[in-house]
Amino acid sequence: MSELAADLIPVLDSTLRLSTPLLLACLAGLFSERAGVFDLGLEGKMLAAAFFSAAVAFLTDSVWTGLAAGVLASVVLALLHGLASISFRGNQLISGIAINFLAVGMTAMIARSWFGLGGHTPALEGGSRFDALHLPFEGIVAQVPLVGPLYAELISGHTILVYLSLALVPMTWWIFYRTRLGLRLRAAGEAPDAVETAGISVVGLRYIAVILCGVLCGLAGAYMATGLHAGFVNEMTAGRGFIALAALIFAKWRPWAALWSCLLFGFLQALSLRPDLFERHFSIHLQLQLLDALPYILTVVILAGFVGKAIPPKACGVPYVKGGAG
Amino acid sequence: MQRTMSDRVDIVLIPIISLFLAFSISALIIAGIGEDPFEAAALMVSGALGSAYGWGYTLYYATNFIFVGLAFAVAFHARLFNIGGEGQAMLGALGTALVALHIPWPHWSLALLGCGIGAALFGAFWALIPAWMQARRGSHIVITTIMFNFIAAALLNYLLVNHLRPEGSVAPGSALFPDAVHLPTLHDILSPLGFAFSKSTPANITAFLSVAAAILLWFFLWRTRTGYEIRTFGHSENAARYAGIDPFRITLIAMGLSGALAGLMALNATMGESERLILNPTEGAGFIGIAVALMGRCHPLGIVLASILFGFLYQGGAELALWTSIPRELIVVIQALVILFTGALDNMVRMPIERLLARSKRARSKA
Repeated sequence: MSELAADLIPVLDSTLRLSTPLLLACLAGLFSERAGVFDLGLEGKMLAAAFFSAAVAFLTDSVWTGLAAGVLASVVLALLHGLASISFRGNQLISGIAINFLAVGMTAMIARSWFGLGGHTPALEGGSRFDALHLPFEGIVAQVPLVGPLYAELISGHTILVYLSLALVPMTWWIFYRTRLGLRLRAAGEAPDAVETAGISVVGLRYIAVILCGVLCGLAGAYMATGLHAGFVNEMTAGRGFIALAALIFAKWRPWAALWSCLLFGFLQALSLRPDLFERHFSIHLQLQLLDALPYILTVVILAGFVGKAIPPKACGVPYVKGGAG
Repeated sequence: MQRTMSDRVDIVLIPIISLFLAFSISALIIAGIGEDPFEAAALMVSGALGSAYGWGYTLYYATNFIFVGLAFAVAFHARLFNIGGEGQAMLGALGTALVALHIPWPHWSLALLGCGIGAALFGAFWALIPAWMQARRGSHIVITTIMFNFIAAALLNYLLVNHLRPEGSVAPGSALFPDAVHLPTLHDILSPLGFAFSKSTPANITAFLSVAAAILLWFFLWRTRTGYEIRTFGHSENAARYAGIDPFRITLIAMGLSGALAGLMALNATMGESERLILNPTEGAGFIGIAVALMGRCHPLGIVLASILFGFLYQGGAELALWTSIPRELIVVIQALVILFTGALDNMVRMPIERLLARSKRARSKA
């Protein structure tokens, strides 16, 4: 049993790391979609943030400047999405797809032009990466059986963005269900006419949501390039924006459920990194491709309504025209 | 039907202005990385259109884009947003490979027919599941088709690694197709007619098939009853229901046809070019179908023209990457800008034009 625990803790540890970008992007999508703006561009915003955070962190040797640059890049793309889908009432799906391609093309082009390394940044080290934070009394608590290793290896020793992402879950819940802004954001996604009747601007609310979405995607991308990995690699987000989107649907657009579904999808990713552990303990052969596809398959099952029904915010994806039918 | 001024603006002016905007921004980017945009444009034209070799690749790419562009368009006419062209084309490649590898074909023409049926059925199957889910369970087709793209990639990966890989081979990929399945290239077709077409390009007989598919699709959409029902359903679901059109039937027909057309891309890419099943048989072409269809205003003629343009961009972009420091990803940026301007920001382009037209009309009626 203790051998199992010794093997399980590293898997859970990497689950937490791998869930973090999913969770940040998932919460980003939650802000946008609860306010009525569909976002297929999570992936692109993460990728842009990953590149600019790594590039600027390398050039300035400061991970915090890098983080700011990454968030800024992501917010710029978010504003472009807002311009297309809120101001010009264009097709939100198409805008999201365009932003994904824009990010793939631009990051690869700029990376080649700035660093000449075939599309990636130089490896980051020292102050240009996020360091692991060690929680207090780690050394002492580690001596305690069972709880000790859990505290020292699983809970302690992550970068600040991991803890931030976890803290954002109750914060998001609080904003949406306990504040005036949250109520208005939800109303903008469910009944925008009612919001406008109350004298509040739907356009303004949706821009706030889209910008918050950009900030969170920026954190997700920056974490990937400066926390999880040490630098930017071409297309390094590798579909995580879409897994986050799947997690959002799986969670039925709710903050706490978003945490659990991101942890689940992160666990699947962690398993596919160490399939040997699973085989040793449970003598079950893991099919790697099945693990890769599982988040999508689970989401399709949820969407089909066989296991509960996932119903998106009512006005999500519909451009708001003041005064009704425009 | 009388075409109004606004229709003409929509069909001709907006795509052209959008393209101009996309090219202008790309030119700025090229200048930004320290290259001359005009020189780059000249190099792209000579590289893609200045030789039989260039044309061979341009037409090869265009053929792929026509199939996936038509696929996106037919679903879009029913207001179904099929982002799954990529996954459906992957399944089409799988269907093509299974038919080509497991049946001893006597002649390429029969093999083309057989593989075409395989590709279309597999592609249609992959589109019909999301279609059924949309029509019966109300699952958002955009999300399900995205999920199905990823599931298709994982499925193909699994099959190539575990089942289709020939013994002793390390790289994931199927065995080469037999010689009898080899399709005639444009060189084989044109040289008896006295044209010396480049031997070393993958352009093949499916280029004609793609144009035939465009013509057939035009006939289907604008000259048959079912085509009319699809367009009616797309314009107004309520009106269609009132007219007795069955939404379930239309959703399945439009998506099935869409998936089949996306699958047929494999005839060109898998049967015509790689001649075996590879890990990424579509190379992202499924998504370019979206750009091509939006730019071509979902009309078959527009799609053929836009596909040739994108074929030119792909081949020209490859030449640029070869001879200058401008990377291939420039095409992805252009593609993104075209999708953005023609699909998402078209109101930004349309509003000033319509205002301008209205003003000139008023001025004329006053005079």
